[in-house]
Amino acid sequence: MSLTLLNVIVAVVIAIAFAAANAAYLVWAERRGAARIQRRPGPNINGPFGLLQPPLDGIKLMAKQLLIPGGADKVLFIAAPVLAMFPAIMSFVTIPFSDSIVAKNMNVGILMIFAFASMGGMSLLFAGWSSRNKYAMMSSVRAVSQAVAYEIPMLITTITVVMIAGSMDLMEIVHQQSASILHWNIFPLLGNSHNILMPFSFLIFFTCTLAETNRAPFDLGEAESELVAGFHTEYGSMGFGLFFMGEYANIVIGSCMTVILFLGGWSCPFGLFPGVWWFLLKLYLLIATFIWIRWTFPRTTIYGLLNLSWKILIPLSLFNLLFTAGLIKVF
Amino acid sequence: MNPSMITSPAIFSVDGMVGIVFLIMVAITVTGGLIACNSERLVRAVAGLIVCFVGVAGLYYFLNSPFVAMMQILIYVGAVAVTISFAIMLAAPEEQKKVGSGGPLVGPFGFATSALLTGSLSVLVIKTDWKSFEKINSGTIKEIGLNLLTSYSMVFELVSIVLLIAILGALVIARAGREG
Repeated sequence: MSLTLLNVIVAVVIAIAFAAANAAYLVWAERRGAARIQRRPGPNINGPFGLLQPPLDGIKLMAKQLLIPGGADKVLFIAAPVLAMFPAIMSFVTIPFSDSIVAKNMNVGILMIFAFASMGGMSLLFAGWSSRNKYAMMSSVRAVSQAVAYEIPMLITTITVVMIAGSMDLMEIVHQQSASILHWNIFPLLGNSHNILMPFSFLIFFTCTLAETNRAPFDLGEAESELVAGFHTEYGSMGFGLFFMGEYANIVIGSCMTVILFLGGWSCPFGLFPGVWWFLLKLYLLIATFIWIRWTFPRTTIYGLLNLSWKILIPLSLFNLLFTAGLIKVF
Repeated sequence: MNPSMITSPAIFSVDGMVGIVFLIMVAITVTGGLIACNSERLVRAVAGLIVCFVGVAGLYYFLNSPFVAMMQILIYVGAVAVTISFAIMLAAPEEQKKVGSGGPLVGPFGFATSALLTGSLSVLVIKTDWKSFEKINSGTIKEIGLNLLTSYSMVFELVSIVLLIAILGALVIARAGREG
């Protein structure tokens, strides 16, 4: 028992470290990527390629005073950033990075990640409400309605994958795709997914991940031109820092789920040297795509965003679900 | 099991640690419930409700049913609590203090009711012949699905009827509000 307890503590510490390191350097990657796309230098002063920028930013954020606006609900105002970070860290515990690198593999792994992801919406709601700011309030209402809307097609698409795999165990799902690139769930050719709609499932899932993590072109929650900075308008210092870290941790988790469900996890495209490096390679390629999309597409409107989910993605994913069920029944 | 056979385990043994985790979960649940009932701001009450839900999920996990625990968080925290907070924030944007007296159950009558409930539940707990602490089944989704569609299919159907009635009720209420 004590060993298990120790394992849990070590796993949580590693998860926090991984989340924090990723958040710090993804911000750097994001700013450099944005600069490259917009043909300007970006942060390049501190250290080689500006690599010292994230730790310096971290020190700056931690050294700042935590301001709580007058009239704000203090308890919820402080609890909200913590609540934004907590589910992300919990989700890392069950993500398998390779055959052996997983803190606690569960037979309901997918459910666990979605359960904790759904808690993220609450933190935005509390942040917006407790800061007593109209912009923050409107932003949090937007962000939550968006999260609720995109959770549905995301879950339905995930159910298609679960039906094909016959398991909610993330390791089991990866093992079924591990033979070669043609066994990955995104390709309908070999393996157990003969479903020709799987590439569309992948697209739906990826779109939903973009929306769930409040990323452009779906970053209506923090539309700077309309809502100052959205739900974290009133947050300074590490409160803001935690929201930022939570956002990037959620991006990492969303990409991890995409890699595991559709892109074969840690398996190699041609069956050579499967391992954690393949997982990380796919993961960071996906995250690079996230950054690329963010700086390439303009922001949609809130109606366009909600219509896309309720009128297009949900019917499509439902059709996809029925089609997959039919295929599984027939073959 | 005979109640006289129950001995309290040492704190640092396996059972003792398990007991501590159990007590932590119970404490989280009770604290959340108290916050939900006693806070003056409705949004804080929702926050308390969420804490309570998470504690209950922990208890389910403790009882070897991770599936139910995860569904508890996914549905109650992710959907029900969000819906409740939406309703509160849209209906009463400014914080509202409790006004007026409570219902007829406030006061001695309420105390008597809760005492009666606590007493009868305690009697039930003591009198019941509890099964010993062991796995009833593996608690996997497959097991649950098979049981739901065979042994408990009646319950499953009834639940869907309840949900249907709830949706219809919501529609009826919403329509009345729109016309009025």
